[in-house]
Amino acid sequence: MPYIGSSVKRKEDLRLLRGIGKYVGDIYRHGMAHAAVLRSPHAHARIVQIDTADARKLPGVIGVLTAADMPTLKTIPMRTGLIPGLERSQQTPIATDTVRYVGDPVAVLVAENRYIAEDALEAIEIGYAALDAVIDARQSMRPGAPQLHAAVPNNVAASFQVNVGDVETSFSQCDLIIEERFSTQRHAAVPLENRGLVAEWDEGRGLLTVWGPTKMTHTNWRILSELIDLPQSSIRFIEPDVGGGFGARGEFYPEDFLIPFAARHFRRPICWIEDRSENLKALNQSRQQDYRVKIGVKNDGTIAAMDAEILFDMGGYTRTHGGVPAIAASAMLRGPLRLKNYRAQVHCVLTNKTPVGTYRSPGRYEANFVRERLVDMIARRLRLDPAAVRRKNLIRRDEMPYDLGKHPFHYMVYDTGDFIAQLDRALERFGYGQYRALAATAKREGRALGIGIGCFVETSGIGPWEYARVEIDNAGKVVLYSGCNSLGQGIATALSQIVADELQCSIDDVRVVHGDTGTVPFGNGSNASRSTVMAGSAALGASRKVKDKLLQLASAHLEIAAGDLLLQDGRVAARGAPERALSFADLARLALPGPALKIGIKPGISEEDFFATDKRPFPYGVHVAAVEVDKETGTIKILDYLVTEDVGRKINPMIIEGQMAGGLAQGIGGALLEEFVYSEDGQPLSTNFMDYLLPTAMEMPRAQLISTEEFPSPHNPLGVKGAGEGGITAAGAALANAVSDALGVEVTKLPLKPDYVLELVRKSSSER
Amino acid sequence: MKPASFEYHDPTTLAEALELMARYGEQARPLAGGQSLVPLMNFRLLRPAHLIDLNGIGELNYLTPAPDGLRIGANTRQRVLERGAEIERRWPLLRDAAGLMGPVQVRNRGTLGGSLAHAFPSAELPIVMATLGASMTLRKRTGRRTVRAGDFFLSAMATALEPDELLTEIEIPALPTNCGWSYQEVSRRHGDFALAGAASVVALDNSGAIIHARLTLTGSTPLRAHAAEPMLLGERPSESLFKNAAARAAENLEADSDLHASAEYRRHACKVLAGRALLQAAGRAAALIQGGLS
Amino acid sequence: MSTRQICVTVNGRQYSGAVEPRRLLTDFLRDDLGLTGTHVGCEHGVCGACTVVFNGEPVRACLLFAVQANGASIKTIEGLAPNPDELHPLQEKFWQLHGLQCGFCTPGILLTAEALLKEIPHPSQDQIREWISGNLCRCTGYLNIISAIEEAAKVLRANNP
Repeated sequence: MPYIGSSVKRKEDLRLLRGIGKYVGDIYRHGMAHAAVLRSPHAHARIVQIDTADARKLPGVIGVLTAADMPTLKTIPMRTGLIPGLERSQQTPIATDTVRYVGDPVAVLVAENRYIAEDALEAIEIGYAALDAVIDARQSMRPGAPQLHAAVPNNVAASFQVNVGDVETSFSQCDLIIEERFSTQRHAAVPLENRGLVAEWDEGRGLLTVWGPTKMTHTNWRILSELIDLPQSSIRFIEPDVGGGFGARGEFYPEDFLIPFAARHFRRPICWIEDRSENLKALNQSRQQDYRVKIGVKNDGTIAAMDAEILFDMGGYTRTHGGVPAIAASAMLRGPLRLKNYRAQVHCVLTNKTPVGTYRSPGRYEANFVRERLVDMIARRLRLDPAAVRRKNLIRRDEMPYDLGKHPFHYMVYDTGDFIAQLDRALERFGYGQYRALAATAKREGRALGIGIGCFVETSGIGPWEYARVEIDNAGKVVLYSGCNSLGQGIATALSQIVADELQCSIDDVRVVHGDTGTVPFGNGSNASRSTVMAGSAALGASRKVKDKLLQLASAHLEIAAGDLLLQDGRVAARGAPERALSFADLARLALPGPALKIGIKPGISEEDFFATDKRPFPYGVHVAAVEVDKETGTIKILDYLVTEDVGRKINPMIIEGQMAGGLAQGIGGALLEEFVYSEDGQPLSTNFMDYLLPTAMEMPRAQLISTEEFPSPHNPLGVKGAGEGGITAAGAALANAVSDALGVEVTKLPLKPDYVLELVRKSSSER
Repeated sequence: MKPASFEYHDPTTLAEALELMARYGEQARPLAGGQSLVPLMNFRLLRPAHLIDLNGIGELNYLTPAPDGLRIGANTRQRVLERGAEIERRWPLLRDAAGLMGPVQVRNRGTLGGSLAHAFPSAELPIVMATLGASMTLRKRTGRRTVRAGDFFLSAMATALEPDELLTEIEIPALPTNCGWSYQEVSRRHGDFALAGAASVVALDNSGAIIHARLTLTGSTPLRAHAAEPMLLGERPSESLFKNAAARAAENLEADSDLHASAEYRRHACKVLAGRALLQAAGRAAALIQGGLS
Repeated sequence: MSTRQICVTVNGRQYSGAVEPRRLLTDFLRDDLGLTGTHVGCEHGVCGACTVVFNGEPVRACLLFAVQANGASIKTIEGLAPNPDELHPLQEKFWQLHGLQCGFCTPGILLTAEALLKEIPHPSQDQIREWISGNLCRCTGYLNIISAIEEAAKVLRANNP
């Protein structure tokens, strides 16, 4: 029975269940010291003076580093999302003369333990000259606003436009134009494990080892090499077990330079584990976007044109991939709609807040909210059923592949899919008709029950390439060296399934190594739901080459043509004569240099493959939500939920559904609970878990999670589309639509806090 | 987030503890369940030079029922309150409130005394104590005094406790027979600090008229509805009666704005919950009478 | 900086050591005893990753000082499985039903679930949700965790009729 398609139990789990996993905080090195980062308490200020004398004197303190100790400070480069202009607002790993957000690193203190380090941080004296801070993107763009970076005159870090078709002409031909403003709030990945690093400098050998890097291991390896002036061959990154990423962990942060630098400087291994209050100020934030949208419709519900101005709140600096949400949102704002006339004016604006990066389904969670709200608004204005408006406008199966028109930074051709069929399935399985009837009854009884739909297309499987090497060792065990990373998503299990199927061996005999630059020379990491597609395809390619090598070796020794041999149960056997076989262990022995060179075969069983592509597969699906709103308290109860997603081909259905469930919980958090709030002068107010609210088991409704594999992608040999983000991506949309439906008032912002909902209720009763 | 250093004391008797409180006064903090205190210490928002661990003082841990009420030692854990048979039978309002205080890990350690002494504005136990007409025993090395719930909570997170005093016992008087009860709260997530809360007990006579009504709302301190309660006596329960009483009760409610909700929202929600609490309490009272008659 | 000598039983084994009063129980377990299965997610008593069983009850280890554990009996995740070759039914079911992804919250949830099933052998879904409401999970969305606990409850009931 093949492993692919089967809900195999995860290989990662045993150690995690027993509590013997090794996260970065569990790594202990002899002589290890502990670092703490002193962070700016001001949102915007000049550093006037730093005095570390008192701190350095405290018993147990090893030293303090500031910019003065780092003469060749370079800015942290971008790795993607290179919108021209963004390079002017990048961040040095430590502040030199100006701090631009509360949390901006100013000094690194190293002590014998973290308790002493935190004591000593308090003894560092820094004189700041406070500057005016700006926290609102629109205000930040106005003349007279405090300027954050000398090279960026109006705080607009970058702008660009997307222009498809002819919106102006199209608007003139529309029967109905709707203009609306929408906003989504700042929130972020906030994984349960805080960030951390352990760095050790072997002075004798000139080798720097860093435990902790993940997500983009090889990219960060190169970046550190450039920033710290050490060749990559002198640096080794090792990925431990990781407590979730969701886009925010694993980018190159200031600490990714500071901690290795400190390890070299002090000649002690250094452990840095941030605490939660730092994490909520220093981890990349995301999702804060402001939209002004104009949409044009015909009376029959055909959507003809959309024009949007989108402001992206970037925070105080541009991070490694800070441009991605802007690119993704402007690319995917139309989602699954057939919309030939589209214009988006995009501005990435700097503010004195924590810098921004990605969070699961970046730009799309926000864009889906905006677009799906507009679709429902259209339905209400034209008195059409929201599902009917969608059916009319969703790209049809026979229109695939569908080219959305040019975008300066994003691949724009949907590959395969039947959006309408997926919508129909979603509504049928949800019981849309029954819920509509329930809602009508509730309304008669004075209760507010509503249903909301959110259709989506997700992007996944981004290239440009991925690396795999498959080896067979002396015991016949298969080892896959993959350029991907694990943040807890189960990629090692999925990859093992692919390799085990190709080599016809037991999945228990496959081990996956990832995130170790000492044994994996190349990699593009795990982000954007790329790993099963890219790492999977590379693993498949490498496995096929290993299969050929096994056949070659077996053929030479059994003296049977390769075509008459097959792989079966970890052996190579003759067709029809299974007793004439060699096990993988036998073949590994025959591949040793001695015997192999004798017969002119390249020694070893080790094959590399790169899978390269410039295309992307697009999974797609639908969210449906039913909610009841307490009109007196503004609280929302989610009664029922459904997500369907076509992922092209399922490697491990259980893992896919797990991704959908986890994404949904986060999506609910984003719609109802999570927000990074700042005071007028830039002080973060959501700096603990009583203020930044993550969903608990009580907030997760019952939910149907349906993954289908009806439309494989033609862009990779597995036919897979990445399933990491479908669960979150339209949750804001569906819930906002459900609340709007329940109250008969249009939701235009997230989150749906009780205050705001009560405001909507009052609006709803005054409009009656 | 590691706390600042402190001297640690673990007395085993109340007398020892009071001696330490007298000696260290303002520089000391008593440690009970730690569920409110230790987070503040880990954030370094509080840095007591001396920590007096009360957890080893067995004599502060008791539930002593009597015909006229219940005496509860301050160290009694919230989980004990929510599972106590006597409490379930005679003061189910307390049981319900204790169960809302946070998840099980918190309720396993949190104590009644600790929660009351912390006096967090939207906390459950303070408004229950005010509704039940509880009295608190405050002791210091040189003496003791009793303070009624209404006089114990002075302002947000400030109580009548002096720096050298410990809250040692809470006495809850008996309720009238067939007393209905209700605890209502609104929070952003289950178990969070509430945005608004209302606690009520109501008793009816055999003709269905209200003979006992108590209501407290979560303001910056527990706001007992002293003006609204008399409005209810002798009346028959009805939605409009309770709505009016609720509006009256919430009239002078002091509330704060924060990132979760505005002061206006909190006042409005308290008013809504007050009405619901009275309605549910009255309904339960009626059911108890029916049950008694059948 | 005065230290206190403490003696603690963890997973049935006695440990002793000298600790500063302010040393949190989480750091004592992880760094002094090397039992790193108890995780630190917030240090202010909300996330539940640090849940241990303290004198028979699940509590937040980040809100206890090690000195308070003197004389106490603690169970951490390392003590949940009956032996190195067997898993507790909860661990089995979490594995079977994909009740974990990154695993960071898992030790805390398993210990909380074990306490739940000891007190309520046949819990309703609502009771399960309420009991684990003090354990944040950012990966799984909780649904598989709830199923795994339900299934483990069946196994435990069958084993202990």
